Amino acid sequence: MLNFADSKLEQIMQEEQEDILEQITNSDYKYGFVTDIEADEAPMGLTEDTVKFISAKKNEPSWMLEYRLKAFRHWQTMETPEWANLTFPTINYQDIIYYSAPKQKVAPNSLDEIDPELRKTFEKLGISLDEQKRISGIAVDAVIDSVSVATTFREELSKVGVIFCSMSDAIQEHPDLIKKHLGSVVPATDNYFTALNAAVFSDGSFCYIPKGVRCPMELSTYFRINAANTGQFERTLIVAEEGSYVSYLEGCTAPMRDENQLHAAVVEIVAMEKAEVKYSTVQNWYPGDKEGKGGIYNFVTKRGICAGNHSKISWTQVETGSSITWKYPSVILKGDYSIGEFYSVAVTNNFQQADTGTKMVHLGKNTRSRIVSKGISAGKSQNSYRGLVSVAKNASDARNFSQCDSLLLGDKCGAHTFPYIEVKNNTAMVEHEATTSKIGEDQIFYCNQRGIDTETAVALIINGFAKEVMNQLPMEFAVEAQKLLAISLEGSVG
Amino acid sequence: MDVKTILQDTYTASSSAQSGLSAFQQENWTNFSNWGLPALKHEEWRYTRIRNLFSDKLIAGQHQLPAKETISSFMLPGLESANSIIFVNGYFVHELSHIQDDESSLIVKSLETASNDEDALFVKQNLGHSARYHTDGINALNGAFAAGGVYMRVKKGKSLTAPVAIYHFSDSSNGLRFSQPRVLVNIETGAQATVVEHYINWGSGDTLTNEVLEICTSQDAVLNYIKIQDEGNASSHTGTTHIRQLAKSLTHAVTITLSGNVVRNNLNMVMEAEHGESHMYGLYLLEGETLADNHTIVDNAMPHCYSNELYKGIMDGHSTGVFNGKIFVRKDAQKTNAYQSNKNILIGSNSAANTKPQLEIFADDVKCSHGCTIGKLDEDALFYLRARGISIENAQALLLHAFAMDILDQIKDEHVRTFADKLISNRLSFTI
Repeated sequence: MLNFADSKLEQIMQEEQEDILEQITNSDYKYGFVTDIEADEAPMGLTEDTVKFISAKKNEPSWMLEYRLKAFRHWQTMETPEWANLTFPTINYQDIIYYSAPKQKVAPNSLDEIDPELRKTFEKLGISLDEQKRISGIAVDAVIDSVSVATTFREELSKVGVIFCSMSDAIQEHPDLIKKHLGSVVPATDNYFTALNAAVFSDGSFCYIPKGVRCPMELSTYFRINAANTGQFERTLIVAEEGSYVSYLEGCTAPMRDENQLHAAVVEIVAMEKAEVKYSTVQNWYPGDKEGKGGIYNFVTKRGICAGNHSKISWTQVETGSSITWKYPSVILKGDYSIGEFYSVAVTNNFQQADTGTKMVHLGKNTRSRIVSKGISAGKSQNSYRGLVSVAKNASDARNFSQCDSLLLGDKCGAHTFPYIEVKNNTAMVEHEATTSKIGEDQIFYCNQRGIDTETAVALIINGFAKEVMNQLPMEFAVEAQKLLAISLEGSVG
Repeated sequence: MDVKTILQDTYTASSSAQSGLSAFQQENWTNFSNWGLPALKHEEWRYTRIRNLFSDKLIAGQHQLPAKETISSFMLPGLESANSIIFVNGYFVHELSHIQDDESSLIVKSLETASNDEDALFVKQNLGHSARYHTDGINALNGAFAAGGVYMRVKKGKSLTAPVAIYHFSDSSNGLRFSQPRVLVNIETGAQATVVEHYINWGSGDTLTNEVLEICTSQDAVLNYIKIQDEGNASSHTGTTHIRQLAKSLTHAVTITLSGNVVRNNLNMVMEAEHGESHMYGLYLLEGETLADNHTIVDNAMPHCYSNELYKGIMDGHSTGVFNGKIFVRKDAQKTNAYQSNKNILIGSNSAANTKPQLEIFADDVKCSHGCTIGKLDEDALFYLRARGISIENAQALLLHAFAMDILDQIKDEHVRTFADKLISNRLSFTI
């Protein structure tokens, strides 16, 4: 009799939990609006003429056009990579508009002259383009569709010698630096999407920190896809000279649309001796609706090189958006005593698919790397960690620690781990561990007992699960990311 | 003659239309012809190059029987009078094999015979199941030569009085010998058996063995499987051990690799029923130029299964150890517990370790974990021993032996364990 009551109670509790899970994973995307701006677009499709068109639009020097055309010709010989644990229909690269720029009547001399519609868009997204709002204290490069519309705090940064501007400006104003570093970490021929990006990239951010300078504020790029049928291909290059430091943030959103849009970006980081670069991303592209319709295809190549001794590159990412994520921020540890770090939270819900991870390539002596990856899958999504830790023959006393944990919310999602570990030196110490589990009933029960309802308890547990990564984010971002995490999973806990 | 022609000729000579296996062989030959040998581009073979092992000097097919005395001199100590199944150059030889247990508990016959008598249905249903997990030319190539294989059945409710030792003799006296043994094992309801595999390079030349062993366990069956590879560095090996747990049963596998040129072992545990339990242990103790590659798969198709896996490697000289462990948890396989661990010690300054533990999970109520480490011997432990007057060589041997013990202890048959321990201790020059 007693047993019967127990099992009945258990069943009710179970159902209640499932309801709450359901609710938590069912929330809406709040950045899904479209701004009505007149745009200057390239004709649809991709040919050599498209590449020439983009180059001409940006008034680029001939060496840049050459670079693009070479990449384009190479791209034509390549095939879409199929090794990732992702399924999606073949992308028709002729169905995409490769260049779309918001029309501005005159080039803005100051921020006051920016189209009020644009300004409003960014205000809605919570990005201040207004330098008066110094309280936020972050320099922003705002990129909408294909071009950078505003870069704040440029003047102030230039006082200490920091160059922070759009890639187009950098090609015009600092050709030597661009020539030297563009493609040095991620060559155009690296993979299918880097070749495509090198051919058609339209803008992006460039950041140069001179020797010995500690960048006085956080730098950030905000990417926004607005126009329909377009692809976004931006390119970011960060060069940190000897002994410098910079913390860089990246955020992204897109409108809700039924079609899939392509985003293929490249980020390159060069860290010289004793330099440190911290790169944080909160990726919140439109993930598609609950039936898996629409959403951004996010194919991104990010790589940094610790070129000098004692340098450090740290990647932190919170991935909640995109219908497909294909992204492996990597570090090449070339300098002796250099350090690479990768902290990631990847959340997938509904029909999202993520195949993300990192590569740590140990080349120098006494190099260290650390990987902390937390995957959370809900709904019918698939979440994969794919990583490589490689220790080369001469990389003596290399040290790596990797941890990949997956949390499954619901019985229709999947969590996968594909870590590759290749060690060719007998002084290396490499450790890897991974776990997969769901939220324990005992954990929920413990919270319930103390008067915390199931929904809050689940949020609490997820936050705790992701905390190690969240702690790495700059403060302003951490708050946003934490909220995002809760929203992304709204309606999925049970 | 090129390799393809040699294999083609051997295939034509060995296949007969009367056999119940001819359709199976034909299908595999076609697959092999289409797929060819796997290259490094094949994700499952990215660390192991086997194409160059197939040289045009390869000898396949023909076999000359060794004398009975030769066979007995290679018997595992303590198992001389146990059940033995003899393969010569990949062909099952009935007259040299010795079956200790009587027919009421153990049946051993050629695969070809089994495909035509009362076991035909079982053969039809289970032979070649491993190909679903290995869609590559190497598995297909073995299938094309399945006629030389053996079938073994442990009857319902019986537990064997002695282990079944399978000896693979490869006669390399005339050049590169290519052998393709095929084994199908049926362990019926409530039966218990221990299967030990041992490989002998019988001659002074090179050998290449491409084996497929498929085992099915029924309700409440218990299987102990041990594979010992110490053929010498002139021998290469590609082998698949594919175990299907058709009903709630217990399987336990230990794979020990001590030498070889290129050695590839696939070990699959397919858990097709609830409450299955499987254990997988492996040790690769390598030196010289040896490359040993262990690929394991645990496929949890049904709920409430348990699997545990521990593979350990010690690499000296220019050797390379490769480990890939896959754990699949299918959609309905709730309450699965699957654990996996891989530990490597690099001794040689030119040694390498490549490891890829892989989890693919489609159910939420599971506990799965994997861990792997690659490192060197603990300096503190070495110092502790040296401070007590133990030489660096002995201290190292002591620690490595202890490292290997975790796996050795898992061999349940005492004779086999003692034999393996002796090989390992000799290798490590371990004397106390």
